[in-house]
Amino acid sequence: MSKQIQLTIDGKEISVEAGTTILEAARQLGILIPSLCYHPNLRPTASCGVCVVEVAGMPGPKRSCCTPVEAGMKVATNSRQLRSLRKTLVELVLSNHATECPTCVANGKCELQDLANAMGVDFDRFQLIVDDKPIDESSPSVHRDPKKCIACGRCVTVCSDIQSVFAIDMVNRGFEVNVNTFFKEGLGQSSCVNCGQCTVFCPTGALRERNETDDVWDAILDPGKIVVVQEAPSIRVTLAEEFGMEMGTVTVGKMYAALKKIGFDYVFDTNFTADLTIMEEGTELIERVKGGGLLPLITSCSPGWVKFMETYFPDLAGHTSTCKSPQQMFGTMVKTYFAKEKNLDPAKIVSVSIMPCTAKKFEARRPEMCDSGYRDVDYVLTTREFVRMIKEAKIDFKSLPDESPDELMASYTGAATIFGATGGVMEAAIRSAYFLLAGKNLDNLDIQAVRGLDGIKEATLTIPAQGLGDLPVKVAVAHGLDNARTLMDKVREQIRATGKSEYAFIEIMACPGGCVGGGGQPYGSVIADRARRGQGLYREDKGMAKRQSHENPGVTLIYEKFLKHPGSEISHKLLHTCFFERSLLNGSCVKEVTKKHAEHHN
Amino acid sequence: MSIYRTHILLPIDEGTVLAGVFEVKRRLENELKTRKLDKEIKVLESGTVGLVGKGVILTVYPDRMYYFQVKENDVARIIDEHLLKGRVVAGLAHAPVADMATAATAEKSAKVGLTREQRRVVLDKTWTVDPQNINEVLAAGGYRALEKILGDSLSPEQVIEEVKKSGLRGRGGAGFPTGMKWEFTRKAQSSAGRTATGTEKYIICNADEGEPGTFKDRLILEGDPHKLIEAMTIAAYAIGAGRGYVYIRGEYELSIERMQAAIDQAREFNLLGANILETDFSFDLQIKKGAGAYVCGEETALIESLEGKRGNPRVKPPYPVSHGLWQKPTAVNNVETLANIPAIISNGAGWFRNIGTDKCPGTKVFTILGHVEYPGLIETDMGTSLREIIFSFGGGIKGGKKFKAALLGGAAGVFLPEPLLDVKMDFESLKENKAVLGSGAVLVMNEDTSIVDMLFSIAKFFAHESCGQCSPCRIGTQQILQIIYRIRQGKGLPGDPETMLNLAETMFKSSLCPLGQSLIMPIKSALEHFPEEFKVNNNNEVNP
Repeated sequence: MSKQIQLTIDGKEISVEAGTTILEAARQLGILIPSLCYHPNLRPTASCGVCVVEVAGMPGPKRSCCTPVEAGMKVATNSRQLRSLRKTLVELVLSNHATECPTCVANGKCELQDLANAMGVDFDRFQLIVDDKPIDESSPSVHRDPKKCIACGRCVTVCSDIQSVFAIDMVNRGFEVNVNTFFKEGLGQSSCVNCGQCTVFCPTGALRERNETDDVWDAILDPGKIVVVQEAPSIRVTLAEEFGMEMGTVTVGKMYAALKKIGFDYVFDTNFTADLTIMEEGTELIERVKGGGLLPLITSCSPGWVKFMETYFPDLAGHTSTCKSPQQMFGTMVKTYFAKEKNLDPAKIVSVSIMPCTAKKFEARRPEMCDSGYRDVDYVLTTREFVRMIKEAKIDFKSLPDESPDELMASYTGAATIFGATGGVMEAAIRSAYFLLAGKNLDNLDIQAVRGLDGIKEATLTIPAQGLGDLPVKVAVAHGLDNARTLMDKVREQIRATGKSEYAFIEIMACPGGCVGGGGQPYGSVIADRARRGQGLYREDKGMAKRQSHENPGVTLIYEKFLKHPGSEISHKLLHTCFFERSLLNGSCVKEVTKKHAEHHN
Repeated sequence: MSIYRTHILLPIDEGTVLAGVFEVKRRLENELKTRKLDKEIKVLESGTVGLVGKGVILTVYPDRMYYFQVKENDVARIIDEHLLKGRVVAGLAHAPVADMATAATAEKSAKVGLTREQRRVVLDKTWTVDPQNINEVLAAGGYRALEKILGDSLSPEQVIEEVKKSGLRGRGGAGFPTGMKWEFTRKAQSSAGRTATGTEKYIICNADEGEPGTFKDRLILEGDPHKLIEAMTIAAYAIGAGRGYVYIRGEYELSIERMQAAIDQAREFNLLGANILETDFSFDLQIKKGAGAYVCGEETALIESLEGKRGNPRVKPPYPVSHGLWQKPTAVNNVETLANIPAIISNGAGWFRNIGTDKCPGTKVFTILGHVEYPGLIETDMGTSLREIIFSFGGGIKGGKKFKAALLGGAAGVFLPEPLLDVKMDFESLKENKAVLGSGAVLVMNEDTSIVDMLFSIAKFFAHESCGQCSPCRIGTQQILQIIYRIRQGKGLPGDPETMLNLAETMFKSSLCPLGQSLIMPIKSALEHFPEEFKVNNNNEVNP
């Protein structure tokens, strides 16, 4: 155990670990020191100065976010001097911020707004000086408004420390300081993987998703279009907190009802193709295990991870599952299978997805994602955009009666629902792979070892495979790209040194916590909240009659009627994809590194 | 070796180079050769004399005479009149050379400006020795202190003790006791829990001189780079470092060139590198060029920059003495601080303590500039009065005007008015008068100067140089600039001076590094001593 330090904060004594900051020690006492740039999941950027405290014996105020505790310290967290300082500091920040609260996406969740409001600052004390810098709209996923940026540096820290993407940094100095990309080319021409974590950590509305709600409304209000919608597994658990319900409440029935009220013609569910993904990916895994293919197999559901892999680990592209993500499988199936079954002209179908994710917007726009003959997914909305549509439609979400989705592409199992939490895809895959290999179900479907918020999780299980004997399988799960990088470095090194890796199957999710912590999820979450959201999904799974993807009747039907069998030629044509090597400088494709669709089959 | 009857010294610094010193030198050498005088009279390059704006300066020895503003066409006349006929050239600006190194400053001298005697500890060799020739440096006593330490096998602790006893305080502005800094660095624990040694520690010379109006470090670097090498080697020996860096401001091209040449020569002479002077002690150093950010003069920003990162200051604590370059114990010392070390080791702490004041022993290098007769670089004892510096060394106010104020310590400095002219120039006395010694810059303003204009340019400087990491400094400097701008336009608003002061105080109390904490000084002193200049007209409208 490390050394304990005794100190007094506001007259209360506390003992904390050496190295704890004053701000954290105060939080342990339940004292929340006002702050702006501080975020509990990030190393302090020490930008704003709002968290100043007085320490007896020290000449001036100290910043509590970055001052470590010392034995015998006597700290005062409030005084006339500190209040006056904090007010001036917030007034200064406001004087350099485009205060556009009524139209700002962060309105009501903005930490600057909260602080300014609570402290009763004088908005007019300083002259407003905001340079007219243009909004960076170069990215299909994330837009950045420098006029709202308060240069707190959180986005830079999350991008480098948690995601290890290093797409952005502070450039210039003094008043000219701003967050920018390499050569200031914009996020769309950078190594940004579109994960959107920067938007979730941004205290103001400077970083946001690219807004597509207008396009979706236009499609819905166009009588000539058939608008079909799918919703990702994690959406059903994160809507609740935006409508005054307890965090982690699953609101799937209300979600369908709201979509119908908004006017979507067909309301389906991405969970359906999550189960389909397991069938395809599970088959791919088994083929590789049996046929001596490249192992480990690495999941490809997370488009942020996929671009990260293409940028930093293109040598591991062959290890990455060729399966499209559930969103893209859904998109392809809507314009082929669904159109055929309902006898609809696919050209008139508008395929919309609601995702926890900003990278899904990028994924939908990847040029190769049009195997249906059309753009497989036309518009991608994040949870935040969907919430705005619900509010625009004046829907009282909390009291909506539950409704069911439409037939054909909405049935799902518990395995699909847990896709939304880190480890969920792994758990779902193990459940079905076990069945496919052993010919019987796992005794206990809850695989605890791959659940939870540990950065890298590992599990070893033995599958009594028919015809192969007991098959030991080691798997790993990583979430957050810095963890993914650590794991991939290890895999790369093992392959380099011995020609193979200890792992057979790896799940990677770009965002900490998995999709429940996605970059398109509600603003202002700390990582601990993401576990609460994940638990909601595990509860739904636990309560379902069918908890394994191969039990999904809709999936059985789609294979019977359309796809023949998992890994069939038509599956490979429609449900699988290829990867590219990307430039670290601007994110563009350098070359294709895996085989084209038609060649997958062999 | 030939004996010359006369030596002509040509001080090389960026001012004289621009004024054409090399053209003068070439003409001089050609003329001497033509007249077959080149065996009698030797032309030498030296470091700076410390004079600004006097063009090419030519010094004749042993006659101890300066000529200023020398042009190529004057060369023939100087040879004819002075070197052959032995009389001062009429019509050429000239002055006798004062005895710089040995003068007793305790005795009040009536002499002013150039003829004023100076006690030179730091600058003793800068203007008499060719810094590019290590043989000259060695002959003039260079590297004797290093030889003493390694030859007499003084322990690192003994060296630190001597520096502590000398009472030497950092000349970079903060005045922290150098011996203590070295002791902390020596005793700092490495992450493994044992005392870190060898390559796990670093000595850095802070030569990123960026304080406006200050150029003392440059002239030391240009004039006596070997002294710094010697001092850094001693420091490395004392703290247990195996490697050192000289972080030189990128614009100081001549400094970098000379320092590099000196490092190369020192390596050749086994004064740097492995087994220095055939002992077990090894040490080497290299130059890192700064990229032009004022904030990189702050030691933690400097270290970040040295590591190849954006030069933002670090959060302190921990301090560099325990977590410096690459998180290893590091001593960062200013150029002038280090330049005192060889003399302290050679002559002893007692000798050093006899110079200057009790709490601030030693000399201080000042740069005098602004409205004085003789702007330039001088060295004098700590505790010399401001009046003496301006009116004796500086030759008084130019053009017979009246003195209005002096800005001490550069942009991060303090305005002092006429009634405070007798303040003693040392850390303690200045502190008592709410002023700072800072970098040693003395910017003199005559009666025609507007304090508001001065403050405006200072605020502009700070706004430009803020690194932008802390919002109090990033936005605060900009708001202060706005306020001074409108006051300057005659459009100040009621309450503006108070708001400006409140902003500066907020920055002082909440900024991370000295840059943000400094603007309070010029603002507070300007408002205190010259409040009438900031009176705002209530009838005026806001400047759009």
